[in-house]
Amino acid sequence: MSLKLKALLKSPWVFHLSTGSCNNCDIETLDCLTPRFDIERFGMLLVGSIKHADVLLVSGSCNRMSVERMKALYEQVPKPCLVVAIGTCSGSRGIFKDSYNCPVPLDKIIPVDVYIPGCPPKPEAIIAGAVKLIEKVGGAT
Amino acid sequence: MTFIYLLVFGFAATAVLGLITSWIDRKVTARVQYRVGPPFLQPFIDIVKLLGKETVIPAGASKVTFLIAPVIGISGVIAVSTLLWVNQFFSDGFMGDWIVAIYLLTIPSISLILAGFASRNPLASLGASREMKLVIAYELPFILAALVPVISAQSIRLGVIIDSQAGGVFAGSISGILALIVAIMCVQAKLGLVPFDIPEAETEIVEGPIVEYSGPGLAIFKLMKNMLLFTLPFFLMILFFGGIRLHGINILWTVLEYVGIVAIITVIRNTNPRVRIDQAVKFFWGPMTLIAVVAVVLALNGL
Ligand code: SF4
Repeated sequence: MSLKLKALLKSPWVFHLSTGSCNNCDIETLDCLTPRFDIERFGMLLVGSIKHADVLLVSGSCNRMSVERMKALYEQVPKPCLVVAIGTCSGSRGIFKDSYNCPVPLDKIIPVDVYIPGCPPKPEAIIAGAVKLIEKVGGAT
Repeated sequence: MTFIYLLVFGFAATAVLGLITSWIDRKVTARVQYRVGPPFLQPFIDIVKLLGKETVIPAGASKVTFLIAPVIGISGVIAVSTLLWVNQFFSDGFMGDWIVAIYLLTIPSISLILAGFASRNPLASLGASREMKLVIAYELPFILAALVPVISAQSIRLGVIIDSQAGGVFAGSISGILALIVAIMCVQAKLGLVPFDIPEAETEIVEGPIVEYSGPGLAIFKLMKNMLLFTLPFFLMILFFGGIRLHGINILWTVLEYVGIVAIITVIRNTNPRVRIDQAVKFFWGPMTLIAVVAVVLALNGL
């Protein structure tokens, strides 16, 4: 594994993007930063600017309004970057499957590396997803 | 010879010590919040990772200024830390190097202002203009506080300031203590830490001037901040505690002084909310300048 990738996996900075979620997924994501779970142990930080991010966390069901913004943001992440879909909504549109406003699931729009299902997923599940992501990317090269 | 000084002391030693200090800072912050905190090598890994990422230049930004701003900032820090190291270990200073150090210490802030205005982003411009106000606010009390050791040592050579503290450190006198308090507050603002992280205010203007930076540019800015985290306490130690002393029991004192200053900075950062920019200006031009003036007057009277 190259040094570049190794360093990336040891300090993935996370940018959190909500594409019209019901907010539960976002709250569960923020829970990962609390003392009980503390993902800074693994070098993960929540950053405010997309230009600093390595991992794009997407929650929500990709409604028509936010798809444009999401594409713009995805183009702005400095590569290499990874995409994680949090919650059933962003994985398969969940309960909004038949909505007029959510035409396609997330992975039809941008490439997704890991899906974390759940409505909302528990913080434990999110951390497990992050571990799987690291294993997948680390094992692939 | 100058080149070796620059590379070995100014860059390498300062960067390593600065990154270690930033780990201490993050670890203590985590422990204060009942978290475990990052592993020891985390700051180094962050820098390596950022160096390997893509640089995104925002459309319509002033390209040359955008790319050169971080280099200007880090050169300033390298120059000032070289000056301090050389004065510390080789007594190779020159007349008036105190003034040069004070000047060079503002270069990082200026590079942040340049970066902010060059990135064509409203948040970055806002951050840069706040940084500018903050520089104007803290520079006056900082210079007054740094003047106290100069008055006590009767010289503006850093080497003489260090030597004249062989008998007793300046922090032991009343004027020294007052000036040290003011200086620590100004260092807090110079480092851009809470409560004076107004230019970077992550929750309102997402990192301010460096919001558009990615990859190597961001790595250099982070490295610059971490090096400042070592250089500024080092400067305070030279001014108020007689610098690094490496014989006998004094080694222990030196380490304690350094860790003490860093711990105070970290504790202030963890126990305060962010102030507004007008409150910060009032704080520095009001009470802090007043205390600094009192310290200068006391120092002139030999107290
Ligand atoms: S997956 Fe469930 S909790 Fe998450 S945004 Fe969708 S509806 Fe809300």
